[in-house]
This record gives sequence, structure tokens and C-alpha cells, in this order.
Amino acid sequence: MTELALPGAALAVCLLLALALVSPFLSPKMRARVVAWGCVVPCAVTALLAACVLIGGGVGTLAVPLGPAGAGMVLALDGLSAFFLLLLMLVATAASGSALDGHAEPVTAPFLPLFIAAMALTLLAADAFSLMLGWELMSVAAAALVLTGHRDPDTRAAALLFSGMAILGAVCLFPALGLLAQGGGQGGAQGGIWDWRFASMRAHPPEGLRASAVLLLALIGAGSKAGLAPLHVWLPPAHANAPGHVSALMSGAMTKIALYVLVRLVFDLCGPAQPLWWGLPLMLLGVAGAVLGGLRANVEGDIKSVLACSTIENVGLIAVGFGLALLARAADLPPLAALAMGGALLHAIAHAMFKSLLFLGAGAVQHGARTRRLDRLGGLVHTMPITTACVMAGAACAAGLPPSAGFAGEWMLFQAALAAARVGGLGVQVAVVGVATLMVLAAALAAAAAVRLVGIAFLGRPRSPLAAGAEEVARPAHAAMVGLGIAALLIGLLPGWVLVLAQDPVHRFAGGLGGVRDAALVVAPAADAPGYAAPAIAVLLGLAAIAVAWAMRRWAVPGMRRGPAWDCGFGAPPPWLPFGDPATQYGGASFGQPLRRSLGAGLLAAREAVDMPEPGETRPAQLTVTLHDPAEAGLFAPAAALRDRLSVFADRMQLLNVRATLSVMFAVLVLFLAAISVIQQW
Amino acid sequence: MVSALLGLLALVLHLALMLAAAPLLTGLIRRIKARLVGRIGPPVTQPARDLLRLLRKQPVVSESASWVFRAAPATSFAATLAAAALVPSFALDMSTAPFADLLVVAGLLALSRAATALAALDTGTAFGGIGASREMTFSAFAEPAMFLVIYTLALLVGTTNLDAIAGVLREGALGLRVSLGLVALTGLVVAIAENGRIPVDNPATHLELTMVHEAMVLEYSGRHLALIEAGAMLRLLLWASLLAAVFAPFGMANADAPLRWLPAIGLWAVKLGLLAAVLALFETGTAKMRVFRVPEFLGIAVLLGLLAAIFLFISQGFA
Repeated sequence: MTELALPGAALAVCLLLALALVSPFLSPKMRARVVAWGCVVPCAVTALLAACVLIGGGVGTLAVPLGPAGAGMVLALDGLSAFFLLLLMLVATAASGSALDGHAEPVTAPFLPLFIAAMALTLLAADAFSLMLGWELMSVAAAALVLTGHRDPDTRAAALLFSGMAILGAVCLFPALGLLAQGGGQGGAQGGIWDWRFASMRAHPPEGLRASAVLLLALIGAGSKAGLAPLHVWLPPAHANAPGHVSALMSGAMTKIALYVLVRLVFDLCGPAQPLWWGLPLMLLGVAGAVLGGLRANVEGDIKSVLACSTIENVGLIAVGFGLALLARAADLPPLAALAMGGALLHAIAHAMFKSLLFLGAGAVQHGARTRRLDRLGGLVHTMPITTACVMAGAACAAGLPPSAGFAGEWMLFQAALAAARVGGLGVQVAVVGVATLMVLAAALAAAAAVRLVGIAFLGRPRSPLAAGAEEVARPAHAAMVGLGIAALLIGLLPGWVLVLAQDPVHRFAGGLGGVRDAALVVAPAADAPGYAAPAIAVLLGLAAIAVAWAMRRWAVPGMRRGPAWDCGFGAPPPWLPFGDPATQYGGASFGQPLRRSLGAGLLAAREAVDMPEPGETRPAQLTVTLHDPAEAGLFAPAAALRDRLSVFADRMQLLNVRATLSVMFAVLVLFLAAISVIQQW
Repeated sequence: MVSALLGLLALVLHLALMLAAAPLLTGLIRRIKARLVGRIGPPVTQPARDLLRLLRKQPVVSESASWVFRAAPATSFAATLAAAALVPSFALDMSTAPFADLLVVAGLLALSRAATALAALDTGTAFGGIGASREMTFSAFAEPAMFLVIYTLALLVGTTNLDAIAGVLREGALGLRVSLGLVALTGLVVAIAENGRIPVDNPATHLELTMVHEAMVLEYSGRHLALIEAGAMLRLLLWASLLAAVFAPFGMANADAPLRWLPAIGLWAVKLGLLAAVLALFETGTAKMRVFRVPEFLGIAVLLGLLAAIFLFISQGFA
């Protein structure tokens, strides 16, 4: 079975590409349905194949007679790529399955199989050409899918920002791979200067300044796609404006593919002999993104923006895990490195499941209630009961409550941060404590954001007729959400089994084995240390719940009465407002107000302007809140200003008179000649 | 086999004692507070009687409330009870000791809090919203402080398992340390915040604008309210036991030495009584602070916790 996995996965990629090419010629009526079915089947099969590889082990390579002259493409499936392939295909099956009833927009439907195939190709790639082909196809397909609602100017702006970040990512990844390939060529296997295959890059890892350049470029290149701070600003608009199943794929899978590329480049191709400080940038950027994302999730007013900010937070936590693994590997502490790496991989797959579930739920809300705004939603628990239950399960994971999937990953990451305090000097130790504390802050902010999302959008009273008249979505979407929920539940209850699946990459890149014991039911920081027994905690909770139910039945008076809400004597609503005045309940902005004031004033430059009319004036009072992401103010605004200045400069250069143009050309020529002579002298 | 049975027996006894002592501890604190301000105060058993009275009343549920509102009290209480099963009171090495992880205890308390907050939002009232919003905000500041307590203890002992930490600290091998003192202070502040005591919140208040936890549970009545109140009492006892187990672990018995249980139970009661007296004194002497001062209060706890960890790095030269 395992030797069939790589050809099978490659075949699935081909099928998906063929589907992408054929489906535009189908009638728009059939297209969405055919595409959904055509995606579900190969994705589910590939997920099974990837699971087989993870259980059975075995690395395979496959040379494909395509690609650049003389080199050809090489595909490979090892433990790391199989783990991420499993993650991708589970998300892809659910996301495309949710569109089985054919409600997806037919114009952009062909890009869905292209997107999935491109992500799979990125994972299977074993040479730089295939990697970049998959990576760029992924960007293009994602941008096209974001443009589904292209009539909305916000959507176009989001797609533009996303494309800009994708171009930045490619501009950095190409030279990173080039620097690695230069090392590969020194082996002289093919006699050339550069060898694009991963195998030869791996044999000659970069050192010193070249390695640092690769790290920096990989951090920008892959980090911009993963949503690593400070390049995370594209996530909220792009995720909010894409259709539900597309944002599920982008957030659940695409950010993980970017993290995979980061791990592939930094852990694998750069080799293990890298200095201690390599872990620090990942840790610091990761935790910065985690806190910012967690805080922004508490102030955003759009449910999908909230989820996108929570993605920034989780990607940050996973990045901290990888950073800790790098730190521990450089300090030659394999058990700690394995703990951190295992925690990061566990949290990656857990996040893929519950965040896809939440985005599908948000898509269902958008479909059923026709709005994504928190201040228009509310009371969906009555009109969309199944969606609400699924979203609550996902939100419990996002909040990191035991025994959910979110808690298991965060537990391991916190344990890794605890153990990492024994690495390095005082400076590194203080950094680790600070990072660990901020990680907990981020997790607590995520819990507040999860309560806010569920409590404001799904519970309470409807805030608009849209929410009051919301309709439950079709059965395929429910099936997809329930499937993802079950996957998240299993990961939460049996995190050790996931770690067993991830054993191969953890062992290969961290050098140790994760502390899993007692039939992998207990996850522990070390083989002999006490650990986290998720099944035991679940049983304990279940027993406690049964005891409470029994005690209530035994001692309490049964039944209940219904009455108007007490609310300290607030009057009953008038008859023309059947759900009461929606403004008398807390909304998204008011729920986030304490955090916005206490943390947002410093981190998000949150300012409140109160416009209170004088007595006698008839205009309404107004509270205006302004927020700025520090990355926007500190990085993107200056970059935009620089772009404007450069374009003005280019404009001026084009309009020079003949004399000036000739002298500029002459000056440049002299400059180049001078440069060449200096380099040759050197 | 015998030790496993004894561990189970100790666990059952522990849970029974926790459930019985929870209302008594709250009653004791109220009694001491009443005496401190010159009143006689209700008897210590009054909270337990209140719970029984509430159980005899049928709850009135708000018309806009869903199943979340009705399921939350049981969920919240069950999570607190599960956490209480992990925190040792008089005996170490109970059946739950191998998975009594401090992060799990914190997680279970967070689960209980999230359930209450969701229920508060479910009724769609302004009071529920204000309470839930403030509770989640406070927890965002309290959890890093709590984590730093766990962090420092784990640095000293090498694990986050509560039973192992209490066992090592009981031996006294670590001695008195500045870090432990700072961490104890942090832990006290977190306990005050998590239990909604003065100066963070006033559990006895009926001034709606100042309350946090009480605002969240304003809509509850009957058996639901009984569960909520019992959960709050159990949480207070849990925190008191946790602080006692970590910072005053002397005299705790082992589960496999049942002859020592009785004195250990007596000592546990004495520790709880002392904590109750200290809490009552402190609460009588301080006023509740403004809501927006609470993050600063908890921020100081975070700084103390950070200081404790850094002291440890410097003094021990971990490397």
C-alpha cells in the first residue's frame, strides 16, 4: 500500500488538474456540483494514502519527465509531507464536500481543484522547480477564488493585497531556493553550478551568512503566506471576502502548507548544524502574531475577520513551537526538540480541523443569514441549531478548553516552553519566559474571542430581521462540519495517536521521540514524567456530569417555567419588537471594549472619540472607535509611501528631454563599468 | 492493588469532603466578615441551607434562552468538580494523581468560566453581557499570572504535575526561597481574581454596576442557581486547597497510609480556617477597585511572577 501512495497522490493531483481544465466547458448549472464531487473523491482517497504512509512508513521518490530542460521534476513523499498531505486532504475533502449541493459560484468553481492540486504539488515537490510551480499555482488559484464576489470593491482590494503579498513571498522564496541550490551544485553531481533537487541541497547545507540569508528569505517568503507577523495583514480581508469553503481551505490548509515550506527549508534543507539564535526570530515573530491576532479577534466586527485573526494567533503559536524546536535542536536537546516539534505539528493539524469547521460554519451563517456582521447577528441557536452546535465545538477548540483538540496542542507547546528555560544563557532564558507568558496571554485572548464569537453571533436575541429569519443550510455543509468536528474530537481525545502518526518527521528533524506512552493515551514531556491524559480527563468530566445529572434528578424539583428575562427589572419589550430592542443587549463592540481599552490602546492604537450633543440638540450621540494594526502603520504605510515616491520618480524619468535621458544612460553605463572593474579587481 | 484501592478510597473521601466543606468555607468567611464589622452574622451552615432551599424551587428560564442556558450550570459545575478531583486536599497519591496537571486544572476552570459566560450572553440581557465581557477580560490577565506561578514551580520541581510539586515541596528540600514567596503572592492575587473576591469583584454586592460574576448569573434561579452557587463555593475551596497544597504542604498524608489521614484532614481544616480568616480580614480592610484598575492589579501579579522566574534563573544559573 505504501509504495502505491506516491503514484496515487500524483495521480490525484493530475485528476484535479484535469478537472480544473475540463470543468470550464461544462454548463454553469452542472459545474459546481461536478467540481465538488470531482474533488471529494480523489481528496478522500489521497487522505487515506497519506495515512497509510504515516502508519506504514517508507519514503518514495518519483521522477516526472516534465519541467525545465535537463532536470525534470522530482516528487517525493516522506513523513513530513505525508503528515501535511493528510491534513490538507482532510480539509479539502470537507471543504469541497460542503459544496456538494452545488451552491458554489460556477465562475470560480474550476479554481477549487486547481487550488487543492497546487497545494498537494507543493507538498510532493522534491525539487525547487516543482515547489515553486505548486506554490505559484496555489497563489494564483487562491487569488482567483477570493475574487468570487468580485463585484464588491472590498473583495477586489482584498484580492489585490493578497496577490501583492503572494508576489512578495515568491520574490523571497526564489532566491532562498537559489542560495540552497548553489550549495547543491557544489557537490558536482550534475557538473553544473546549481542543482535544484532537494536531495543534493540536503547533502550540502548552507553555512554562515548564506544560511542566515536563507532563513531570512524563508521567513519572509513562507511567513507572508502563513500569516506570520508582521506580514499577517492580508488574512482578515482575504478570508472575510472569500466564500466559506474557500476560507476554510485557505485558513485550514494553505497557511499550513506555508508552514510546511518553512519547515522544509529551515529544518530539512538547511541541515541540523545551525546556531542557537535561529530559533529566536521564529519565536519572537510567532508570539507577536499570536498576541496581535488574539487581541484583534476581540475587536473585529465581522465573524470571518474574527476567525482570520484567530488563525493569525494559532499560526503564531505553531511558529513558536517550531522556533523552540530549532532552539532545542541547536542546543542538542533532542527530547525537548521533539516535544516542541510534536506540539507544533499536533497544533497544526488540530487547528486545520477546527478552523475549517469554524469557517464552514461562518459560511453557513453568511448563506443562511446573509450577513457576517456581529452587530446584525444573534440568536442563531434557535434558527440554525446544527450549525450552532458544530461552531460551539470548534470554538471550544479555538478557546483551548480541555479535552478539546486545541488544548492538547497548546499543552505540549507550553510544556516545551517550560522545558526550554534550561537552554542558553540568561538572555535566552528571559526571552523564553517572556514568550511563554505572552503565549498564555494569546491563548486567554483567544478564549475571550471564542466566547465573544459564539455568544454574540449565535446566542442571545437576534439583532436584525436577517438573523431572526436565518435559514439552516443544506445537508452537505452539515455533514462536512460534523465530519471535521469528529476529527477534532478524536484529535483532542487521542493526541498521542496523532503524535505517533507524526513520529517520522519529529524523529528526523528533532532527533528524539515525543513522550508518548501507555498505548499513546498519555502525552508527556518525557518518557518517565507525568503527562496529559486526555481520555482520563474526558472520563473524569463525563463522570462529573453524570453525577451532577443524577444529583439533580434525585434532589431537585423537576421542570421549569418560562418567563421574560429579569435583567434587574428591565421592562418587557413592546409588541412591535418581538425580540425586544436589539440595542439593549451587549454587542460585539461592547463585549470587546474592556480589552480594547486596556490592551488595544497600546497595541492597536485604539482611540475612542465621543461626540455628545449639547442638551436641546436633536442629533444622536456618537462613539467612534479607530484601530490600527501596528504592522499596517509601521510597515505597510511606509512601504506604500515609498512605492508612491518611486512611481513619481519613474514618471519623471520617462518624461526627461533627450539631453537628460542620454546623460542618465551614460552615467549608468559608467557606473556599471566601474562596478565591474571593482568586482574584478576584488 | 491495595495501594490502588486506597488511592481510590482517598479520592472518594476527598471529593466527599470537598463537596461538604465548600458551603461551610463560604459560610465561615461570611461569619468572620460579619463579626469583623460588628454583626453576629448567619450560622456557618447558612450557605448549605440556601442551596437546599434553591433546590426545592422551580427555575424560571428567560423566554429568549436556549439549551445553552440550561446546560451551562451543570457543565460549569461538572468542570469545577473534575478540577476538584485533581487538586489534593489531605492526601497525595490519590487515583487522579498521575494526571493532576496544573495546566489541566487551569483549563478545566477556564471551561467552567466559558460555560457561564456563554450562558450569560444567551439570555440577551445587558447585565449578562457586561458580566461575561468583564469576566473574560479579567481572565485574559489572570491566566498569564497563573501560568507564571506554574512556570516557576515547574522550574523548581521539573514537572507541572500538582501532586509531584506538592510532594517535593512537602519534603522541604527546596527550603525557603524568594521566588516561592513572590509566586505565593502572585497565586493569591490570581485566586482573588478567579474567585471574584474583593478588590476585583464583590460576591455580596447588589449594586448592579459594580458586579462581574453576579451579573453573569443574574438570570438564574432554582436548581440552576443552586448549581452555580455551589460551583462558586467549590471553586473557592479548590483554590484554597491548591494554595495550601503548594505553599503549605506540610502534614499532608499519603494515600497508602490511611492511619495518617485523620490528622491530615484536621490539619487541612486548620489551614482552610486560617486562609478564611486572612481572606475575611483582607476583604474587610479593602474596598473594591474600579473595573479598569483590575488589569493593572493583575498586571502587577504578572510582573511579580516574571520576577520570580528571573530570580530563579539568576540564583540557580539554569543552563
